[in-house]
Amino acid sequence: MTISISQSLDARNLSCPMPIVKTAIAIKTLASGDVLEVSATDPGSVKDFDAWSKITGNELIESDVQDGVFRFVLRKK
Amino acid sequence: MDEPLAISLFSGTDDKLQAAAVLTAGAAAVGRPVHIFLQYWGLDAFRANGAPRERLLAPEAGPEGLAAVEALATAGQASWHDTLAQAKEIGEVDIQACSLSMDLLRLGPDDLDPLVDGVEGVTAFWLAASEGQVLFI
Repeated sequence: MTISISQSLDARNLSCPMPIVKTAIAIKTLASGDVLEVSATDPGSVKDFDAWSKITGNELIESDVQDGVFRFVLRKK
Repeated sequence: MDEPLAISLFSGTDDKLQAAAVLTAGAAAVGRPVHIFLQYWGLDAFRANGAPRERLLAPEAGPEGLAAVEALATAGQASWHDTLAQAKEIGEVDIQACSLSMDLLRLGPDDLDPLVDGVEGVTAFWLAASEGQVLFI
């Protein structure tokens, strides 16, 4: 099953905690079940997106890295 | 997770203001209410329409620390002020000026940055802190 991305957020070159802050702002505009894709270069973001997902209940569906860019796919609770 | 976080922000150097803003934004992003109590030089940094301040750092920063902070700012790192403004956008962040520090700095409510929500005494701070964690920065 392919995942349909509702919105993409470019958080590359932003320092901690801005990738998470921008994600929290973006997800407010989405409906439950919508999927948000985020790209980031902050080295702390792998652990941060995992933690944010666990605490807020927004599901982290995918997490990968390519050429130094982290990509996170989240489904809104 | 909705355990409240209370911060006494005493320091007015840019590095400590940035650290407080980062902790606040992170807490707001996970749904924790944050209550910031501005005391002394922390309050001094929240003057409205103040003249642009020279960048101030904690003494341990030294010239190399200042250069590193300047480089990150030039690379586009959000300022502590912007970080706090965005934290307010995503969560419950209440910023209150300590009334004793208002007297000390001879400030009135109109002298405060719009990020400041009000003025309170220490008893109101402890009520807001309730059973949550308290940080002194």
